[in-house]
Amino acid sequence: MSAPATNALTRSLPWRLTARVVGAMGITGRTLVIAVPMLWFLVFFLVPFFVLGRISLAEAIIARPPYTPLWERMPDGTLTIIASLENFRFLLADRLYANAYLSSIRIAVVSTVFALLIGYPMAYFIARAPEPRRSILLLLVILPFWTSFLLRVYAWMGFLRREGVINNFLLHIGAIDRPLIMLQTDFAVYVGIVYTYLPFMILPLYANLTKLDQAHLEAAADLGASPMVTFFTVTLPLSMPGIVAGSMLVFIPAIGEYVIPALLGGPDTLMIGRVLWDEFFQARDWPVASAVAIVMLFLVVAPIMWLQSVQNRRELK
Amino acid sequence: MTARGWVLPVAVLLGFVFLYAPIVSLVVFSFNDSRLVTVWGGFSTRWYGELLRDRQILGAAWVSLQVAFASATIATVIGTLAAFVLTRFGSFTGRLLLTGMATAPLVMPEVITGLSLLLLFVSMELTLGWPAGRGLTTVIIAHTTFCAAFVAVIAQSRLRDMDESLEEAARDLGAGPVRVFFDVTLPVIAPALVSGWLLAFTLSLDDLVIASFVSGPGASTLPMVVFSKIRLGVSPDINALATIIIAVVVIAVVIAGLLLRRSARP
Repeated sequence: MSAPATNALTRSLPWRLTARVVGAMGITGRTLVIAVPMLWFLVFFLVPFFVLGRISLAEAIIARPPYTPLWERMPDGTLTIIASLENFRFLLADRLYANAYLSSIRIAVVSTVFALLIGYPMAYFIARAPEPRRSILLLLVILPFWTSFLLRVYAWMGFLRREGVINNFLLHIGAIDRPLIMLQTDFAVYVGIVYTYLPFMILPLYANLTKLDQAHLEAAADLGASPMVTFFTVTLPLSMPGIVAGSMLVFIPAIGEYVIPALLGGPDTLMIGRVLWDEFFQARDWPVASAVAIVMLFLVVAPIMWLQSVQNRRELK
Repeated sequence: MTARGWVLPVAVLLGFVFLYAPIVSLVVFSFNDSRLVTVWGGFSTRWYGELLRDRQILGAAWVSLQVAFASATIATVIGTLAAFVLTRFGSFTGRLLLTGMATAPLVMPEVITGLSLLLLFVSMELTLGWPAGRGLTTVIIAHTTFCAAFVAVIAQSRLRDMDESLEEAARDLGAGPVRVFFDVTLPVIAPALVSGWLLAFTLSLDDLVIASFVSGPGASTLPMVVFSKIRLGVSPDINALATIIIAVVVIAVVIAGLLLRRSARP
């Protein structure tokens, strides 16, 4: 903003009036500036979790809203709190939910490992490429991330279908004589997750590997280590923070993924995000969906806190 | 050449093929005359024509653009304020809370964010009477919240890198905090805020899960309509749509890249 414009703003009547009133109430401008983001995140980020927790203790009913109230006024005027852990007991009793959690973890772990195996060489290569090639390669890694996530998953539907690009190609060159079934399998879900989250693996690895001190590598080479030995004894251990950060950035969104299993997975591909979605949109059982979300929250909060502590330790060094 | 000398470039090349082959095939088959998405039937732009006549898609695209514009703009204001408070205000009550709340949305699974916000909106409607029903407003609020977290990250790193002596000099010359912010800080961090806004805009345009939870009748966003279409199978007009989006994104990313490069210069 230009200086005259700022002057006009601070001298305008509404501004001065607000400043007067706010000042009279003993609120400083500083408090006001803090209050705006604080209130927004409190109301629209933190409070929803309490609502979620409260509804996970309710019972589903056919009404608007489709759950029982938390308290009820009895005929004698006393308030009775109605809350039960029935939904959580239900989650424990039905094998479907435990299986969905375990299967989500399995799918997320496998995808993260493959993303690391594909992403590490790419990050390593880009980090050691000379400018301006380095910037261009980096832009090429980021670019797909900016295009629609949904349409990138859709692209794989066209690739993996029975009459898809891969099958057509393999049939054409005679590598197979009947189409492979790839779409609607767990394999397709792995491919989808690795594909969509690969940039999240590469970027932290790249950031870490560019900071790698060249002197360490030279010292190892001077002491007679072969490039392979240098890589496994120097580069790999030093890039651990990048590996951890990249893996978390793939693992965390993968675990709650809904779109990829819904479009690429088969009917038996169990993932907790999908179970929650179906519980809400198909079964219309809001309380059970909330209970699933609460358990899922604990499942993702643990790795996040681990990531945070690793990062804090690195910053302290 | 040693073994490692060619293994690495080949692995990297395969990585890029993996990243780009599906996108290239999307674009190529958008110009396919055949309805069968993966069998070539000659060059044609008919799917672009069909796309432009599809009222449902056009309506949803308009909804998405409105939502993305509004939420990116509000998110830039809130995210910048959060970043400013966290980098310039030293310690204050609730600092840790704000740090947590401004970063947690980045890693929160979308299904949880969507469900919890919907439950909040329903409870608010029951107790406060606002928001009345769900639609454009609720989607904008939901998108603003997670977009603001992304803007806060970008703005914070720019504010940390910025030379604070500029602000000190302005203060020494007698400028009040409002003037220092608008006349010194804001112009310096503006390019970062533009790229933050662009990121927020793209994230909002891209979101399916959160919008599906908090949207109401008549406010279907583009991803919601696309999702319901592709659930039934591949369709060539979606390829045409993808191609248009890819073209727009490439242009936008190039602009953002240029701006970032300029802001990175001291």
